[in-house]
Amino acid sequence: MALQAIAFYLMAVVTVAAGIAVVSARNPVHSVLFLILAFFSAAGLFVLMGAEFLAMLLVVVYVGAVAVLFLFVVMMLDVDFAQLRQGFARYLPLGGLIAAVLAAEMVFVSATVANRGAAAANDTPLASGAAAADVTNAEAIGRVLYTDYIYFFQAAGLVLLVAMIGAIVLTLRHKPGVRRQLVADQVLRSPKTGMRTVSLKPGQGIDQ
Amino acid sequence: MQAAPQSFWETPGGWTLMTVGGVLAVMVGVLLSLAFLLLADRKIWAGVQMRKGPNVVGPFGLLQSFADFLKFVLKEIVIPAGADKAVFLLAPFLSFLFAFMAWAVIPFAPGWVVSDINVGILYLLAISSLGVYGIIMGGWASNSKYPFLGSLRSAAQMVSYEVSLGLVIINVILLVGSMNLQTIVQHQAGWIWNWNFLGGGLQNLPLIVVMLPMSVVFFISFLAETNRPPFDLPEAESELVAGYQVEYSSTPYLLFMIGEYSNIVLMCAMITVLFFGGWNPGFPTPFLAAWPTFLANLFFFLVFAIKVVFWFFMTSMVKAIVPRYRYDQLMRLGWKIFLPFSLIAVIIVSAWRVFGPGA
Repeated sequence: MALQAIAFYLMAVVTVAAGIAVVSARNPVHSVLFLILAFFSAAGLFVLMGAEFLAMLLVVVYVGAVAVLFLFVVMMLDVDFAQLRQGFARYLPLGGLIAAVLAAEMVFVSATVANRGAAAANDTPLASGAAAADVTNAEAIGRVLYTDYIYFFQAAGLVLLVAMIGAIVLTLRHKPGVRRQLVADQVLRSPKTGMRTVSLKPGQGIDQ
Repeated sequence: MQAAPQSFWETPGGWTLMTVGGVLAVMVGVLLSLAFLLLADRKIWAGVQMRKGPNVVGPFGLLQSFADFLKFVLKEIVIPAGADKAVFLLAPFLSFLFAFMAWAVIPFAPGWVVSDINVGILYLLAISSLGVYGIIMGGWASNSKYPFLGSLRSAAQMVSYEVSLGLVIINVILLVGSMNLQTIVQHQAGWIWNWNFLGGGLQNLPLIVVMLPMSVVFFISFLAETNRPPFDLPEAESELVAGYQVEYSSTPYLLFMIGEYSNIVLMCAMITVLFFGGWNPGFPTPFLAAWPTFLANLFFFLVFAIKVVFWFFMTSMVKAIVPRYRYDQLMRLGWKIFLPFSLIAVIIVSAWRVFGPGA
């Protein structure tokens, strides 16, 4: 238990410190790097809670993909650091308010969950048996997603699909005059279709 | 070690000691084998080009990597004036760290694994997706054009190929029904047709039409993921000098290089575990029951090592033989061919699992 406590406090402190550094760092790239550190130590906290599947998903999706794109964009921006920091005082009250609301919500939710411990036994059991003690949490999430909440899951997938199609439609441009590589044409090219022999007399050109 | 009371290893102190010992054993083992694999890489490359390769230091040049190591460490570290110093030095360190973190879940033999977690594959995927940060940070912090271009290329490339890599891995997970690497290897025990690239078991043999191409897709994707030729566009020397490593010298450069090679060998181990039976030799081994456990495990470990070396040989041959891809061709291959192909494979494999004979 002592090891767990040490690990928890270490990662909690790193998470909070990195979170503060995200907003206070002068360089936006440093901010993103601190954000990645915060994600990473949050994943560590998930592992401590025994939710290793969620932890790995957090790392794969957020750290490995989303944050890379973040970093990608921020690195290429030509940011004026002085200008970026001008609005800090003006947005502080609004930002503080949002942070306070979020914190209140989180405290409320965790208090509810903590109080529910005894009452949870009276809940209607899930059809899939995901709450059984012997299933790993990856399996439990799978059972809940694909049996109990399959329609919600599919609806979420549909929403994402619509968003994806929307993004493609918004950015699709058909520029005229762009020469594209047609791989199939290239592969199917043979000496017969790709070249012709012309017997040429000196001093005369070719009629195309 | 056997003489120590059983209970000591279950106390936190004993557990920590044992884990640290395991980590050290794996790290030293990997580092030592990397030294010789690096030499093998150069020798194979030289052999294809009808050269001799390094042959001066030690017998057959066997100690070349150690001489290189000394040279790297003893040189001066040059940090460019405009560089972001902290990030510049952090980048190779992270590269090195992530390359070795992933080895924690690789099962070398039955029970020979540092951390036997039940989401082992996801852990591998997660850590290998983190490897890109070393490259991006190095390229950005160098404050120079070539490294920056190299790191941008690398970021786009690695993110693209992770998608197909992940989908291919999903096929294996569906086939085996577990994300634990030990379980995946045990699932492939027995005869060679139990290996996943043949469908995993005689009744699944029709799946060979999916799994064999999937193992090829995995191999090609891992070449792209580790920035290995023919996909070494982040460090394409004809266009970008050395890509993200242009400004690096001495030990930081060495860390980058060790990280890169450790990742390649890791991916060789991964393809072995996922598709080619891990430590299983491809035939039943009842005769091993009479052997002491340690010797039996050593036998399995040797089988595993031979397979990993075989895949490393394949990557070296690819490096020596195949010309470099163009960047748009690389993206096309990843997104337009591998992604749809592996998605269809996921559908086929899951349909087989639900409606096939094994269901």
